[in-house]
Order: sequence, then C-alpha cells, then structure tokens
Amino acid sequence: MMFAAIDTGDTAWMLAATALVLMMTPALGLFYAGLVRSKNTLNTFMMCVAAIAIAGVTWALIGYSLAFDGEGALLGGLGHFALDGVGFEPRGEGTIPHLLFMAFQGTFCIITVALISGAVVERMRFGAFMVFAALWSVVVYAVLAHWAFGGGWLAAQGTLDFAGGVPVEMGSGFSALAAALVVGARKDYGRQALLPHNAVYVLLGAGLLWFGWFGFNGGSGLGVGDASVLAFVNTLLTPACALITWFVLDLIRGRKVTAIGAATAIIVGCVLITPAGGFISPGWAMVLGFLGALPCYGMIMWRPRTRVDETLDVLAAHGLAGFTGILFLGLVAQVGWNGVADGLFYGDAGQFWSQALAAIVTPAYAFVMTFVLLKLVGAVMPLRATEHDEAVGMDVVQHGEEAYVTGEGAILVMPDGDDRPVEVPVANPG
Amino acid sequence: MKLVIGIVRPEQANEVLEALYRAEVRGFSVSRVQGHGGELDRVETYRGTTVKMGLSEKVRFEVAVSDSFVQTTVEALCEGARTGEVGDGKIFVVPLEQAVRIRTGEPDEAAVTPVAK
Repeated sequence: MMFAAIDTGDTAWMLAATALVLMMTPALGLFYAGLVRSKNTLNTFMMCVAAIAIAGVTWALIGYSLAFDGEGALLGGLGHFALDGVGFEPRGEGTIPHLLFMAFQGTFCIITVALISGAVVERMRFGAFMVFAALWSVVVYAVLAHWAFGGGWLAAQGTLDFAGGVPVEMGSGFSALAAALVVGARKDYGRQALLPHNAVYVLLGAGLLWFGWFGFNGGSGLGVGDASVLAFVNTLLTPACALITWFVLDLIRGRKVTAIGAATAIIVGCVLITPAGGFISPGWAMVLGFLGALPCYGMIMWRPRTRVDETLDVLAAHGLAGFTGILFLGLVAQVGWNGVADGLFYGDAGQFWSQALAAIVTPAYAFVMTFVLLKLVGAVMPLRATEHDEAVGMDVVQHGEEAYVTGEGAILVMPDGDDRPVEVPVANPG
Repeated sequence: MKLVIGIVRPEQANEVLEALYRAEVRGFSVSRVQGHGGELDRVETYRGTTVKMGLSEKVRFEVAVSDSFVQTTVEALCEGARTGEVGDGKIFVVPLEQAVRIRTGEPDEAAVTPVAK
C-alpha cells in the first residue's frame, strides 16, 4: 500500500538522485587517486571506498537519528536509532518515503567523510582513518546536518542552505584543515615535487562528480518541483562559468590552460552552487561561477607555499567555495525564483546576516571538533605510517597490492600454505 | 674513465639526484629497472591469488666520469641512497673504453667533462 502523500514522480527522481550522489564517492576516489603519486593510488581510492562502508553504517545506526529526529536546537534525538520508525510513510510534509529520504541524506554523509581524506592522503594509516571516519560522521557531520537540514538552530534562525554548504562543503573543508594540521605534512612535502600521477583520472573523476552533482543539487529539492529544476540547471551553469574564470587565470599566470586546473574548476563550480542552487536565478548562478572561482584559485595557488600540507586542497575547493556560495546566496536570493526569501540586493539584509552566521559558526565547529577528535584518536593509535612505509608507498604497506602491478617476478604462493618458491610467474593476477 | 652504475631504491632517487648535484656530477642517465637482491619478498594478494613479489622496483643511475671523479660519484650515490636497511642497492664501477660527445665529436675525457658555460 502506498501512502497518499507520496508522489510517484518525486519518488522516482529521488531514487535516481540517491544513486547519483552515491556514485560521487567513487568518482571522488578516482579524482583523488589521480592527484597522488602512483604508489599511493589504491590507498587514496580506498579511503573513499571506506567512507561508504563506515559512514553508511554509522548513518543508519545513529547519525541519521541525531541529524533528523526532532527539532532540538543543537541535536536531534535517538528516536530513529538503527532506523527505528523510518519506513515508507513520508517524513513530515514530504512526498517521498522516509526510508528514501534517509538514504539520500546518507549519501551526503558518505561523500563528506570521503572528502576529508584529501587532506591526509599519502601518510595517514588506513585503520586510523577508518576510526576517525566513524567518529567524525557522527560527532561532526550529523550535528551540522541537524543544524542546517534537520530543524536545528541554524535553519530555525533563517539560514538557507540548499544542498549542503554547511555540513558538506564547509564541514569537510575546515575539518580537512584541522586534519592536515594534526596528522602533519608528508615527509617530502616542501622538499620534493610531489606531483599528480594521472591527470586523466583527475579529469574523469571530476566529470563523474559533476554528473553526480546533478543528483546532489537537483535532488536537494526532495522532489521534482521548481527548486529542483532551478538547482539542476544552475549545476550546469555555475561550473561552466567557473571553468572560464579558471582558464583565464591560468592563461594570465602561465600562458597555458591546464587540465588539472580545469578539473579543479569543475569541483569549485559545483561546490559554489551547492548552497545556493535552488535559491538564486540562473543569471546570478553564472555570476557566482565567474566571481566565486577567484578566491578559490588564489588559495589553491597560495596554499602549497605554506607549510600546511592540506594535500588535495579540500579547504580551498570545498571550504572556501562553500563559504563563498553561502554568503553569495545571502546577497542575491530572490523570492521571485525561490518563493522563500530575498537576499540583501533584493531588500532583505537580515538574510545576509543569517548566512554570515552560518559561515562563521560552521567552520569553527568543524575545525575545533575535528582537531579534538583526531587528537583523541592519535592518543590511542598512531595516525601516520612510519617514514619507511611512507617512502615505500601506502598501497603495498597498507593493502598489500599495487595499482600498476606487472606480475613480472611474482611467485605464486600455494594455497595449502606450502609457499615453496615454485617458479611460476603470474602474468596477470585476476 | 669509468662507468659508475648505481642501483638504488626509487624512493631514494631524489636524494641521489640532490647528492649528485651537490657533488657537481652533472651528466648521467637514469632508468627504472626491476631487480632482486637480498631483500625480503613482499607478499601481495589479489582475490584468491597470493604472490611473493620476487622483483623490486629500482632506479639505475649510470654515470660516466673521469678517474678523478670516481670516488666523489660513488660517495654521492652512497650518501643519497643509503637508508641502512636491506634493499638499499649496489654500486658497480666498470672501466670505460671510449666515450664520444655526439654534438662535437670530442673523445674520451673531454666527452665526460661537463661543458663549461
């Protein structure tokens, strides 16, 4: 039996959107894997895969409940612990099954956890990362999601956040900064050039992320209404404009348009429009792409000159872009487009201050909590691999695999435990 | 004239390059090789297939130098490549019969001496 409030069109789109958002996490794995050295390809990718495993479970067990059970100012309740009471009946005023809403929000938690790994790749121990991921998904993500989406105090005082500028983008970006500071720089950082090993992965990952982002932003209207269509279209326009800005800045800086720069611009553009997607006109979304890319570009050029090895620039591409997007929305939101609120340019200065409040409190909470969490995890287990292991590469050390194994000289170990060195080269282990 | 061959860990290759530059050894070639020495095999598993990797990735430096530069080159290779653990690699010094700089046709010692700018 289907509940009367359920809309089949909305439900159909949200099923697809949830799958699209889940795909963003392996896409991010590809993007990140291309940006690291070849000896760390698998470890980097696996951190994203681990996020699906860890955050998927913590979300169902407790994260969802803390984020979306009740209207507590700071935190939700435990009423939905282990998905208790999450069934086919819509949640509140919704038009899709509660269970589907939970899964859609869960994919957001997963990718946010995966995003933070970008700050600590190439040296953080895989086990320590998984422990951190489990704690972070509950202590930081669920709390921020409650504030922005679940009826918490930020939403209650008027902050608009369409698809996760608060919990996802600023949450991951400023947590990434804290993680980079606690875990520390790679041993060769600042001494050797540590270059991306496969720019095609980076571009392909960025392309798949963009594709998935249509579900991320387009699904955040929780249906097929005007807001979803607006966010969907803006997800096309803003990254395109960010790309153009990036091309121009690359040309000015080095006289060449770079591929990895373009991949970065796609991410920055998608992040910029994430908080604002369903609230601002397509015209302003384009302006946001053109202008919002500027500070992010500046930060990505400046950060490697510092001693902070925030390796894959999560702070610039997500934290700063999310920050920019959430403020910009406070300037140019239009009731004519969103039916909800006007921004400063259209007569409501209060909206801008609501946005500014979120842009101050979220980074502070994410940074401080992540810093403390990692210090706690670090007190009970080593956070990083030894210098020797870091030099050999995390793939072999942490996973016992290589991304680009040739099989030459590989000696088969017999399954009966008798590992006499039979000289059988394994051409291509399946 | 000697050809100094240094086979080192890939992760030490940058250190070796730095050491060679510091020792003012300017001309060399580098290749990626696979080899087997005394080091323990790495065990890797791909689904049901467990293998011991008998060959390790190494980087091979070849430096042709005049006799007076042999010791400097060997020391630079050692300094850059040494970690103290099994698997640091080997250095071989072999006699070199002839060398020619292709651009000018200069023979032997002149050919292995970096061009003064």
